[in-house]
Amino acid sequence: MRTTPGKFDEMVTEDGTIRPAYAGFCKWFDEQDGAWLRKQTAEAEKFFRRTGITFNVYGDDAGEERLIPFDMVPRIITAREWRRLSRGIEQRVRALNAFLHDLYHRQEIVRAGRFPARLLQNNDAFLPQMVGFQPPGGVYTHIVGIDLVRTGPDEFMVLEDNARTPSGVSYMLENRETMMAMFPELFSRVAVAPVQDYPQRLARSLTACAPGGVGSGKDGRPVVAVLTPGIYNSAYFEHAFLADQMGAELVEGSDLRVIDGRIAMRTTCGYQPVDVIYRRVDGEFLDPLTFNPESVLGVAGIMDIYRAGRITIANAPGTGIADDKAIYSFMPEIVEFYTGEKPILQNVPTWRCGEPDALKYVLENIAELVVKEVHGSGGYGMLIGPTSTRKEQADFARKLAAKPENYIAQPTLALSTVPIFTKAGLAPRHVDLRPFVLVSPKGVDITPGGLTRVALRKGSLVVNSSQGGGTKDSWVLED
Amino acid sequence: MLGRSANGIYWMARYLERAENTARLLDVGFRMALTRGPDAAREEWRSVLVTTGQDAAFGQRHDEYSGTHVVNWILRDRENPSSVMTMIENARINARAVRTSITREVWEATNESWMALREALSRPVRESSLGEVLAMIRGQTTQVRGAMDGTMLRNEVYNFARIGTFLERADNTARILDVKYYVLLPSLSWVGSSLDNVQWETVLRSVAGNRAFRWLHSGGMDPRGIAEFLILDGRFPRSLVFCYDKIRSNMAGLARQYGMETAAHELLRGAGARLHQASIDEIFDLGLHEFILSFIAGNIDVGERIAADYRFID
Repeated sequence: MRTTPGKFDEMVTEDGTIRPAYAGFCKWFDEQDGAWLRKQTAEAEKFFRRTGITFNVYGDDAGEERLIPFDMVPRIITAREWRRLSRGIEQRVRALNAFLHDLYHRQEIVRAGRFPARLLQNNDAFLPQMVGFQPPGGVYTHIVGIDLVRTGPDEFMVLEDNARTPSGVSYMLENRETMMAMFPELFSRVAVAPVQDYPQRLARSLTACAPGGVGSGKDGRPVVAVLTPGIYNSAYFEHAFLADQMGAELVEGSDLRVIDGRIAMRTTCGYQPVDVIYRRVDGEFLDPLTFNPESVLGVAGIMDIYRAGRITIANAPGTGIADDKAIYSFMPEIVEFYTGEKPILQNVPTWRCGEPDALKYVLENIAELVVKEVHGSGGYGMLIGPTSTRKEQADFARKLAAKPENYIAQPTLALSTVPIFTKAGLAPRHVDLRPFVLVSPKGVDITPGGLTRVALRKGSLVVNSSQGGGTKDSWVLED
Repeated sequence: MLGRSANGIYWMARYLERAENTARLLDVGFRMALTRGPDAAREEWRSVLVTTGQDAAFGQRHDEYSGTHVVNWILRDRENPSSVMTMIENARINARAVRTSITREVWEATNESWMALREALSRPVRESSLGEVLAMIRGQTTQVRGAMDGTMLRNEVYNFARIGTFLERADNTARILDVKYYVLLPSLSWVGSSLDNVQWETVLRSVAGNRAFRWLHSGGMDPRGIAEFLILDGRFPRSLVFCYDKIRSNMAGLARQYGMETAAHELLRGAGARLHQASIDEIFDLGLHEFILSFIAGNIDVGERIAADYRFID
């Protein structure tokens, strides 16, 4: 395979040698017959269709369900690399929770002059309803996805934090399941850290966050429910999958109501109280009485019950503020402020367009930069300078100049590549990595690996599934 | 379990059952068209539409009961909210909504039915391929039922699925009798004529009971016997008595798990007793048509009572 000059390929060095992490896999791969491998990959697609591992794309006709393409070449991380990564992730997630707590209490970080108050003013993601309130167990973001990119041997950087409602974990699980079904002998030759117990870890972590110790279940265990917007949501498959694997009920807003000062779900035998809600509904839709009055996805009155400390909502409302890309740019200060340590994981250098000097620089260099909306996600509302036309750049520059505080800009990174399996053999493609992190009063729990997204088009840097990206099984090797 | 999930699994089962029964009705029309000439066929196509409650909607868009029109209307027309394709789609939507309550096998069988039929019904169905398409519908729904039988826990979820299946089946058998009852009335039939035999055979075929009936009656056929078979024979899996016995045993299962009966149990006891105590002579004395009409109304009541008692909706 030819690597792309100037790009770090995780499998092959520039002189063509296989890196140690991939030695076991490559040895196996070379022994396989190409036609057989292609047949197996085609089988995988059929398997996904049949099991309904699909996602809905917004704006598509009639909510058509689509597959996220799966590539059979795993993305491999060594145990040593992972130890460092997971230390960095844990540090960052602890800082995120401390930061959220502080924002909704005394705002010490603002008082200390380390974080500008203006980023909170007029920010819709900052919820005044959360001010002064302590969520059960003191946890704000119970499930976090940290998006990482790699640019060199030991250079992992955080591209963004997903503290609100990160998705994709079901793909992490199904990708492993698929690889093990297609190539079982591969796993007897290479020792890979398991990920399959994620749902049990999630259940344990959520249970540990229940308010007030005693649960409402038959055996005194807390009752956990997954709150979904319903079957037309793009991640519905994942909601159902996680509820199923945890043995929790999958509820919609219409199944829940306030009964005797508790949140209760309508069962065939009447209303039964719930202790923990893993909500996959956006915060602003959670309670029509408190937030968006048009919402039919939430539960009227749930915020009152929440503030009375009688239900845990994971993730807590108001955590979305930490996903703000302008706030992201302060993460190095945030980590240092709350942990007293230097950040282990670096940020991608970021220009805050709300600052005049930065804006000037960004406008002058827009052709080389990636410009993003601070509240954007899913790869929408962004400009990738080097691959855009002059007209696109000019249009974007106008939007940028009109509302600069709404944008940040980053250099176009030389993202690492990992090969994908194509008709013509292995070919390098850009990847990112989203490890999944669970937080409870008992601690921070990181499942080894995560979801690797891969841009399937040659040279493309956009890995989002909504825009033609695929996924890979992600391996953390055992020592 | 959630009331909404009970509702979902119940309707999933109902839609699958209805799709299968509709395919069977079309089979009978198809057979008539092949063997009995255009007039008999037209009459049969019309009666299929009446039985499935689609006559009025069809009449608004078509002037005559031609086979191709009727078949495509019932199977796949997008204008038809009760087409077989829509039913399979609804079954799948419900299955998707209750994925946590059903097994992987049941979900996959339902999803595969949907994929296979969507492919088969993506183009208008020609007469030459109709038999194959209808066989596929029966085959796919049978597979889902097999997956349910073979993989599901015998708990409340299964009970609600079975209750949906048998309420729908009882309704379908009763509707076939409702449309065809005159065929079975002595005053209107010339006993022993070949026309009668064909008509009777049609009724039996519509519920896949022709072979079973002949086997039980050593090849003989009489209208009273057929009515008795379809209403009262507890051995025949599409008879009203059989369906109600199944509904009651599944309702008993719910009562055991929940530790209590509901108003629906009471209602069902009454309906079951009326069925079991009736003889075919009494039914004919009372009037077959009146009996069927009151059964259909009662069946709807039972369904609504169950939905309310088990909080299917808020």
